[in-house]
Parts: sequence; C-alpha cells; structure tokens
Amino acid sequence: MIAVKNLQKHFGKLEILKGIDLDIRKGEVVVVIGPSGSGKSTFLRCLNLLEQPTGGEITFEGQSITGKKHDINVTREKMGMVFQQFNLFPHKTVLQNITLAPVKVKKLQQTEADKIAMELLRTVGLEDKKNAYPAQLSGGQKQRIAIARALAMQPHVMLFDEPTSALDPEMVGEVLEVMKKLAVAGMTMVIVTHEMGFAREVGDRILFMDGGYIVEQGTPAEVFGHPQHERTRDFLSKVL
Amino acid sequence: MNIFQMAYDYRSFFLSGLQYTLLLAVLGVFFGFILGIIVSLLRMSKFWVLRFVATAWVEFLRGTPMLVQLFLIHYGLATVGIEFTAIQSGAITLSINSSAYLAEIFRAGIQGVDRGQTEAARSLGMKQGMTMRYIVLPQALKSVLPAIGNEFITIIKESSIISFIGVADLMFEARSVSTITYDGMTPLVIVAFMYFILTFSMSKLLGRFERRLNTDDRG
Repeated sequence: MIAVKNLQKHFGKLEILKGIDLDIRKGEVVVVIGPSGSGKSTFLRCLNLLEQPTGGEITFEGQSITGKKHDINVTREKMGMVFQQFNLFPHKTVLQNITLAPVKVKKLQQTEADKIAMELLRTVGLEDKKNAYPAQLSGGQKQRIAIARALAMQPHVMLFDEPTSALDPEMVGEVLEVMKKLAVAGMTMVIVTHEMGFAREVGDRILFMDGGYIVEQGTPAEVFGHPQHERTRDFLSKVL
Repeated sequence: MNIFQMAYDYRSFFLSGLQYTLLLAVLGVFFGFILGIIVSLLRMSKFWVLRFVATAWVEFLRGTPMLVQLFLIHYGLATVGIEFTAIQSGAITLSINSSAYLAEIFRAGIQGVDRGQTEAARSLGMKQGMTMRYIVLPQALKSVLPAIGNEFITIIKESSIISFIGVADLMFEARSVSTITYDGMTPLVIVAFMYFILTFSMSKLLGRFERRLNTDDRG
C-alpha cells in the first residue's frame, strides 16, 4: 500500500534519514520505535509530505507521491494523521473540528458530515462533547477527538506521531484503547510511539530506527524477544 | 458664548463635519483592513518579487509622513493627470497608510499561530488557501484584535489631516466656526470632545467584542 524507496531527508547539512526502504501492506499495523533523534517522526512526516523528502521515492496505492506533478492534497485526504500536540482547531467546536475537512475538502453536505462525526464521536466515547471547545477538554479527550477528526475523512491509512507522549499518564490508556479498536477493525496504521507494551500488543511489525536508518524490523516477538542488533538490545534494555 | 450654546448654535457645522470624519474613517478602516490582509500575505509569499513589493510598500508608508502622502496623492498625482476629489484622496491616503500598519499587525498574528495548526489542516487535505482562510486567519485576527482596535482609533484621529486638502470634516468645521465667531478655543474643544467620544466608544466596543470572542472558546 505504501512503498518507500531509499528515502532521505536532510536539513541543511544535518542528515536525518539516510535511506529508508519499507513496504507497508494494507491492514498492517507498523510500529516505529527508537531513541529520540533517530528520525522516526521525520520519517512519519515524510509519508504525507509534511516534510519534503530530499531523496528517494514514496509510492502510495501504486502512485508516486514524491513526483513534482503529483497533487499531494488528494493523497492527504486518504492519509489521516494524529499529532503529539493534538493540534485541534481551538476556535472551532468539537463537531466543527471533525466536519470542517469533510465539508470543505470532500464537499459533503453538512448534515451528512455531522452524521459521520456523531458516529465517530460514539466510537471514541465523546458524544456528549460535540459542542465543547478544545480548551474545555482534557488531553486524552483532545487526542480522541483528533483521531475522530482524521477518521472523518475516511482515510486508507492512519499515521500516529507519538500520540500519547504529551498526555498525563492516566490518560494514555483511553487513547491507546481507541487505537487498538482501529487496529482490530483492520485499519492500516503507522505508529511512532514510546509505549512498548502497546507496540508489542498491537503491532504486526516493529521497526527499530536509530541514526537515520531502520536498524532492525520484525514481529513484536522477534524484535522484543530476540533483538538481533546491539543497538536494539541497548535501547530495549533502557526502556523496558 | 458658552460652549454648550456654541455647540448647539453651530450644530449643523459640527454634525456635517462628523459625517465626513466618520465616512472617511469607515472607508479607511474598511479598505485598509482588506488591503492590509493582502499586503501581509504578499509579505509572506514564496516569490521574492511579491515579498519585495509588499515590504517596500510597508516601509515607504510607515517611513513617510501621512501629510506628505496625502499631498502626493491629491496634488502630486494631479500634475501628471491623475485627479481625485478631496474625499477620494483622503480615503485613499487613509486606506493605504493604515494598510501598512495593519499588514504588520496581521503578519505578526499569522506568524504567531502555531505551525501545528497548519500541519493539521494540511494533513486533512486542505489546500494552503483554505487553511489560511478557515484555520490560520481566524485565530490570527483574534490574537491581534487589540492591536487592530488601536489602529482603528488611530485612523479616526489621523483622518483630521484631510482637512488640509479641504474636506469639510470635524477639524475643518472647527476652523470654520472659529472664523465666524472669532473664538479660537471653544470650537476646538468641542471637536476634541467629539473625537474623544468616537475613539472612546470604539475602544469600549472592541473591548466587549474581544471579551465575547474569549468566552467563546475558553469558557
């Protein structure tokens, strides 16, 4: 579904990604782990071109999205993204946050978009918050709304950029719960996270990144149980 | 003659002056606002030519006296065949002058909106223009509302210089009444008071508007 070939990204002289190759299948849940500064967030943000790669190619559903003439906006409609800092629109209500893009980008009728939004709010357990503003919500609630907002575009893949890193510990669970539901429902997901327990439980494949490379990848049992590389072992010994 | 007597006797002068002052202030605010948004967007353009033009626009208008700008537009341009009525010249001067200040205010506001907002909107497939319109500008405008309010008040006050080219605004009428009554003080006090009423109610109005916006999404 997503094919990444020799992806590179550097900021000035600083090389962040030094050549990433990866194929993500439909329905797969890929969890990216690794130390800070290893390039995992940059990698994720390259997938929907929030960061413009400086080299390599990304293909999404058979179409190259890194080519000059490709309209990335069309692809982004099919790639939902959830951010560490939620990035809800503070001047809009929860319902407006969720329906804005479907109405403006997909040209849905407002009533239709509202219906989809209410369904999603039910899924994330926040129906009663539809008229609240983001400032009135807790971090966990914000992130669940952010997930609903991304899902409202009915994306084919969801990208999660450390979705629980900015949350108070007691709110991490409710967000992971929503993500788990999504994974079970068959959503293709790429998740950058520090939640190792979650990675092990939900991931189909674990990628360990360090220094701008994918150092090691495999099933959770392989990567967590029998890490092959020194750096993976070193990292896991610190975080587990 | 006491001040109330004079205000009453010459009310037609003062009220007609008030009309012109209000008309010009409203025109200046309206076009200055629109032009200011355009200039601020140009200043952040990808194309250096547009950035350059917008920057030059802002620097020139902020760096020269408004009276000189007014005379350039009204008398200067007339010498090359571009003639405006006094009202037109006044409205143009106020608009372009305030556009420069407002553009800087808008730019600060737009750049002050968290990058994550743009990223979230773009990640949902919204194009750049859409993101600007629905996500960035509303938040930017809200954060710079007090500064915009100050600029509106400035426009009301500065509009008094257009009396120099013969627009019969409040300032102009004050001098007319002075000429008739040989009183150099009272008419000025009356219009000063009228300007003050205008600016004071404007700042109260904006204050209320601001508070309403704040309760909307912070309540």
